[in-house]
Parts: sequence; structure tokens; C-alpha cells
Amino acid sequence: MSFLKKPSISHPGLPKNDIGLTIRDYEGAMSTLCAGCGHDSISSAIMQAYYELSVEPHRVAKVSGIGCSSKTPTYFLGGAHGFNSVHGRMPSIATGANAANRELNYIGVSGDGDSLSIGLGQFGHAIRRNINMMYLIENNGVYGLTKGQFSASADRGSTAKKGDANPYSPIDPVMLAISLGCTFVGRGFSGDKEHLVPMLKAAIRHNGFAFLDIISPCVTFNDHEGSTKSYAHTRANLRETVHADFTAHHEEIVAQIDPGEYKKITMHDGSRVGFQRVDESYDPTSRISALSYIEEHREKGEVVTGLLYFEESSSEMHSVLGSSQQAMATLPYKKLNPGAETLARIQSRWR
Amino acid sequence: MTTSKLNDFVIKLANVNGTGSASANGMLMKSIFRMGIPVTGKNFFPSNIQGLPTWYEIRVSKDGYLCRSGKVDFMVAMNAETYNADLAEVDPGGYLMYDSTWPRKDMSDRSDVTVLGIPLSAMCNEAFESARAKVLMKNVAYVGALVALLDIDMSMVENLLKETFSTKPNLADANMQAIRMGFDYAMEHFDCPLPLKLAPMDSTVGHVIVDGNTTAGLGAVYAGATVTSWYPITPSTSLIDAFSLFCQQLRKDSDTGENNYCVIQAEDELSAIGMVLGANWNGARAFTATSGPGISLMSEFLGLAYYAEIPAVLYDVQRVSPSTGMPTRTQQCDIVSAAYASHGDTKHVLLFPADPTDCFHMSQVAFDLAERLQTPVIVLTDLDIGMNDWMIPEIEWDDSYQPDRGKVYDAKQLKDMDAFYRYLDVDGDAIPWRTLPGVDAKGAYFVRGSGHNKFGGYTEKSDEYKDVVDRLRRKFDTAATLVPAPVLNIDDSKPREKSFALVSIGSCDAAIREARDRMQQDGQGNLDYMRIQAFPFNNDVADFIARYEQVFIIEQNRDAQLRQLLTVELSIDPNRLVPLLSYDGMPVSSHFIVEGVSKLMKQGHAA
Repeated sequence: MSFLKKPSISHPGLPKNDIGLTIRDYEGAMSTLCAGCGHDSISSAIMQAYYELSVEPHRVAKVSGIGCSSKTPTYFLGGAHGFNSVHGRMPSIATGANAANRELNYIGVSGDGDSLSIGLGQFGHAIRRNINMMYLIENNGVYGLTKGQFSASADRGSTAKKGDANPYSPIDPVMLAISLGCTFVGRGFSGDKEHLVPMLKAAIRHNGFAFLDIISPCVTFNDHEGSTKSYAHTRANLRETVHADFTAHHEEIVAQIDPGEYKKITMHDGSRVGFQRVDESYDPTSRISALSYIEEHREKGEVVTGLLYFEESSSEMHSVLGSSQQAMATLPYKKLNPGAETLARIQSRWR
Repeated sequence: MTTSKLNDFVIKLANVNGTGSASANGMLMKSIFRMGIPVTGKNFFPSNIQGLPTWYEIRVSKDGYLCRSGKVDFMVAMNAETYNADLAEVDPGGYLMYDSTWPRKDMSDRSDVTVLGIPLSAMCNEAFESARAKVLMKNVAYVGALVALLDIDMSMVENLLKETFSTKPNLADANMQAIRMGFDYAMEHFDCPLPLKLAPMDSTVGHVIVDGNTTAGLGAVYAGATVTSWYPITPSTSLIDAFSLFCQQLRKDSDTGENNYCVIQAEDELSAIGMVLGANWNGARAFTATSGPGISLMSEFLGLAYYAEIPAVLYDVQRVSPSTGMPTRTQQCDIVSAAYASHGDTKHVLLFPADPTDCFHMSQVAFDLAERLQTPVIVLTDLDIGMNDWMIPEIEWDDSYQPDRGKVYDAKQLKDMDAFYRYLDVDGDAIPWRTLPGVDAKGAYFVRGSGHNKFGGYTEKSDEYKDVVDRLRRKFDTAATLVPAPVLNIDDSKPREKSFALVSIGSCDAAIREARDRMQQDGQGNLDYMRIQAFPFNNDVADFIARYEQVFIIEQNRDAQLRQLLTVELSIDPNRLVPLLSYDGMPVSSHFIVEGVSKLMKQGHAA
């Protein structure tokens, strides 16, 4: 990390997005993570995604739990409110925040410890309620801030820095999310920004709970030989299955791609996600197909990445609850107060 | 020997849980209420769905006393399993009615209790076809017998049945048949009415019968709450049920048909409070309802809310502790754990409603304080207030009420300022200004439970840390000036006791009011009485206590938790605070307080 303050002047020639902002407007405070941390690459991809989508930073709400990954919302979108909550409980903060104001864009950043150990329950229930948000697990298989214990996502046999092998089988958040009915599930790699940015953009635009598991090596505690979450191991065993691209609703698809390998799905706001199937046998709209494919390749030691499951016709929490389109937080009190006459009428039933 | 009483006695009904007795007992109480006679109903029920003993106690009080008297004049003993204990509980000269279909051999007997046998099962088995009706109608039949024995106005019962079964006339007819059967049997076999009887009054005009969970839920609607999240737990669940039901009736937008509320059943209490904090952070009035075990689970988040200064309202409907305790019995046992919930130097604002009226009005107070002070406010009610049937004056509502949303910068204010910093004490009252997400980038800040400075930035510097936590301490000085002041009950019409006084909270109030009257009438003294309504303690609390040699702190827990708070927070000599404690799970009775206070006064004078 660096204690140098970021310069606040930006180059006048920096390109601007549709709302006249440059990428600098999507930055946050200086990162305090270790040099080379995968999480910083993800933060950079997040900035890029919001910049390219021309989202006003203050219309985004950032939530996180506790851990290295949960610190990162400070390092992007400084113009957005953030909530660094307690360990494993970010999903409930996100749910309540979303209940109060459905008009904002929610990003939840969590880690494998935060979501798969202490917060496994809340993670599952946020999926079940289909909260309209993007939820990221920055997955490194290890507890960094407490110096290198295995997390629940560590593979069996993967070794710790000091050499001990992990004896337990891992919880795969992608398998878990798909089987719990999550409506948007993908896996990315912090070292592959090119594929990560379009997946993030599609996740941001998804109307419902969009989950991305992002392998993000811990350079200090889990980047050695014997670790299955290192840069080297991840690069060697990555199997990209479905490469997603994303087109905002007002843009034209320019690139010509062989239609046999390409499938377009229109999202609720008119945006389109394109699936470029690297592996032709893969069907990202079938839960069973996704699960069996991931499992097959896991047995071979491969990490399947890409947009792995997608369900467009999803009912997020508010549509299930029948909530007003206007945010609860901005409803005027006169709409909420039933008044004295109504109170008298109610009490006439209590006699 | 038989007791002769008019409009002033206690009927206790001993039933088996799950047999449909609740609606019959409610009908009995409401009939008396509609005769204009003050009445309350208390439900002593098991943590069980079907089969265990359950009791309902109806106190008829011409003087309007709402607490348990501590005595039973008429027992309706419908549960063979508890018969002996039920008989033993009847005051000498009282009555017991039972189902004489089954012989009572091996059962005890008392010569000082008049036992009335009615073959309820036999009558109902003969009159009704279905198995369920045979069980249900027994309850209705004993109400019919009581109509005759106690001289209840039959037209009141008839009207209630018609209202209850307005859409099911067949059921109304069957119920009326059962009422008649019981009534006719009693008229034929006993000398009706008994010397224990009712006569119409006009003392319930302008009053209603309701429980505190209902009024708290309705109070939250009127406070403008839009989001609630909770995890089901006895005895708080009916508070959320009430809120949900009133929202369904009152909060469907007339223009759009959409719901102007959001009710989310959480997966546990940790999640419930998390959702409440997320929603309040985002500018909605959000609350949860729970009981002691839930407060334990919510404690981590409560510490975050205290430190990060996020408003929240919690209703803790207290039940018997420790641990799971007795979930369907009442206590005031979360005073200390709620006041200091969470690790470290954490403190919360508490409100102590005394009855369903307070539950309604303190709901608005709770939300106003939570947003004004930017901190959690816990409304400490209890099972007695929350789930029992209280007679209260009709609740009044002032349509000019506007919620106090506290110090929140809007978009224009933010545009006009150079920079916004979250935790500055701009106004010198130790309450900072906040901003809401989505309003303006200039208002953006990062909520964190980790060390932060007054600008809202992360810090590990000692002086910056202390600066913030010292202001939080000062914020509680401000809180003490904003919370409701104690209610002072002082009767100047007679000579007052100078050495001793009473101090209490919450649902003890009804019993203390009666106890003070009884002690005055018996020449045992005219005691001043302060009912504390909130924590942190308003200055008036210490001023009151300072006037007496000793005050008796009356509360419903074993460890004198209110006394602990008074001792610690106000630095009062503990010897001047004498505890009087009721913690058996039953709502404290006036009898208990008269006995207890008399004894303490004698000890105090002797000392």
C-alpha cells in the first residue's frame, strides 16, 4: 500500500462517458491492501463497469461486511454512500436498504470468509428473496486479516503457506447460488479484467440478485505452490465457458459474430447480454446443465468461469411484495398517516 | 359462607390449550365491558399448541383497577388435570364451577368454597354432531351458565355472537343454542344470580379493550414506519401481525394500488436488525419487534448502530428469562441487557410503556427520538402489556403531528456547502448531521463500525477516536433532556409520607396505583410515586429520589435491574434504593405490593 495522496487533477483529454464523467470520477480512496492484491484489480474493473454504464456514482449504494474484500468499497466510487457493516451480515443491510429505496443501484462486496462461513445464512436468504443487487465474493480461499487460516472455499488438499493441507471439502458459492435459485450467477478471475468488466455490467443491469464469484488471489497468504487459489494455478486451470458481452439498451451491437456461437438475451431495461459460447455444449439458461458442467470440470481440477447461469424473467423482492414504485424512504408522511377519523373507526371495533 | 360482591371480583377460567376456550372467554369479558363495568382479561397460557393447561383471568372492578388483585372469587375448572390446584386457589367464600359429566373422585374438596357442577360435556355431546363442535361448545355453554349465575345481560352476549358470526349465521345459531343450554341448566339447578354478581354501570363509555402489541403496531403505522423486519418470537409476534394487518388495511396506495409498506420476515434476529439498520440508513422509518433472546442476537448490530449513529426502533416484548426461560410468562428482565446491549462502551435509549395507550404514543416518541438522536431506541414493553386485554381510554390522535426526522441535509443544503463531514458537532448538542444515500455525491460517506474520526474517516489515532466516543457520551446527556420525563404521582389532598416513596416502571403501574389507594384507605400512608418512562434518566428522576430517606424500587425481575441502573447511572447510595421484586412470571398484583411495601416501611422505620 501507499500513503501517498492521490492527485485530484485529471488529464483534460480523458474520455468522458454519456453523462460527462471520466473514469477518475469513479475512483475512491487509496487502497490499503497489499501490493498486487487481486481485490484491487476487481475494484478497478468495478469502476470501469459503472463508468461505461454511465451510472451516476451517488445513485449507487455500496455495502460490505468485514474482511479484506469488505474494505474495498472505500476504494471505488467515492461519490457513493457506503456501509461497512459487521462480519457476515452485509446481505441483511443490503436487504433493508433496498427495501427502503428500490431506486438505487446496489453493490455488495464480500469475501469467502464473510459469505461462506459466518455469513452463509444471510447469503442464502438474500438469494432466496432475490434482492435486486450485484453481489460479489472476492474469493481467495484464505483469511488474510487474521493471517492465513483456510476459509470454507479452500479446496481439499490445498496447502497453507506453512504447508498444512486443508482436510475439508470446499463450499463452492457458484454451485450453492445456482442450487438456491439465484437468477444470475457467474465466475470471474481478478487477473482477467477483459472478461470481468462485461460480466459486471450485465450483473449491474440484472433485475434481481446477480452473483459473481471472483477468484482473487491473496498475494501474501495464498499465492504459493500448493495453493489452488494462486495466480499460477488459476491461470493454468481456468476454463472459460461462456464469455458474456454487454450492450446497453441504447447502443448498437457493432461486432459481427457468428450467430451459431452467439446468443442474445434482452434484459428488463432493454439492454442485451450476448453469450459467446466458448464451449458449444454449454447452456447458460439451464440450471441442471450448468450444475453438471461445473461439477464435471471441477472433478478434473478445472475452474469454470464465465456467465454460468442466467434467468431473465426473475421477480425481485419488491415485485413479490407489491411495494410502491416510489422509494419507501421518500413517501411523504401524508401518505403514511391514516388520520384521526380512521383511528376512531378502528377503535370502534375494540368495544 | 359465601362471598357477596357486586361488580368487584375475579373470575378465573381453567382450560385445556387448543380447545377453543379463548374466544368464549373473550366473549364473556366483552359482555361485561359492554354492561359498562370496568374489566380486564389476563391470559396465562403455555408454550404449547394443544393439550397443556391454560388460564384466563377476568377481573371485574367497579373502581377501574386494571391489575391482578392476587385473588380468585370464581373458578371455572374445565381442566381435570389442574382441578386440585384450581380449587385450592379460590378465596374462602368463593365459587367453583366444573363439568360434572365426569366424576370427581380422588379430587379434593373444600367446605369454604361453593362447588357448582354442570354436565357440560353430556349436554354438548347430545346436542351437537361433530367432534369439534362437542369440544368447542362446552366453552360456550359455561359462558351461558355464567350469564345466569352472575346476572350478565343476555342481550350483550347475543349481540357479540351476531357480530362475530355475521357472515356465518349457522354458527351464530349453534353458539346461541349452547349459551341457552348452560343458562337454562343454571337457572333450573341453582339460585341465580349468586351473591357474586354484576349490575350495569356507565364506566366504560369512551373506553376500548385492546392489547399493547396491537396498539404498538398501530402506533408504528401512525409514526410513519414503512419497513419492518422480524423473526417470529413469543410474545412479540402479534405486534408485527398487527402492523402488517393495519398496513394491509390502511397503506395500500389509493392511486396506484401498491403497498406503501414493506414487511420482511427475516431468517433470524441478526438479519432482522440488519435490515432495520439498512432501511434506516437509507432514510425509511424501520423497526423490529422481538423478545429477550432476540435482543441477545441483535447485540452486535446494536453496537454498530450506536457507534455509527444509525436510527432504529426496537420493541422488546419481555418474557421470563434467563435463556429460553418461560416464553409465555411475563417479566421486566431485559432492562440492563437492553440498556447496554453489545460489547464495549455502548448505551441505548429505552422507553418504558405502562399500558397499551403508552405503546401507541411511545411509538411516535421512539421514532422521533431515534431519528433526532441517530441511535437505536428500544421500547421495553412486556408480555402482560403486549398480549393481555386492557381497558384503556380511547386513543386520541392529533392530526397536526409531523415526524421529527432529525438533522438530515437535503440536496440543496449539500449543494450550498463546501464539504460535508459526518460526525462534526456543528450545533454543540453532540448530535451530528447526516445525509441519505442517493441524494448528492457531496453527502457521500462511509458508515463503519471501525474507528473513525469526526470527519467520518477511518482512524487508529487515539485522540481522534476519543474525540468521537466522548461526543457520543455527551449525546446521551442531550438524550436525557429529550426523553419523556417521569410521571410523578403525588396526592396533596392528604398528609403525605415523608420518609419513603415508590419508584417503578412499565406494567407495574396498574398494580401500584391500586396498592397506593388501598394503603391510603387502610391508613398505611400516602406514598408519593414516580414512574420512570425512559433511560437515560431525566434530571427529574434524581431530584425525586433525593427528597426521601428511602425509595422502594418496584420491578418484575430477580436482580433489581432498574435499581442497578439507578445506582450506576445516577451514583445514588444503594442503601437508599430498596428493591421490591416480583419475578414469578405472573403480572405483579396489587396485593403483593401492599404486603411488600407495608413490610419495607416497618423495616425502614425500625432501622
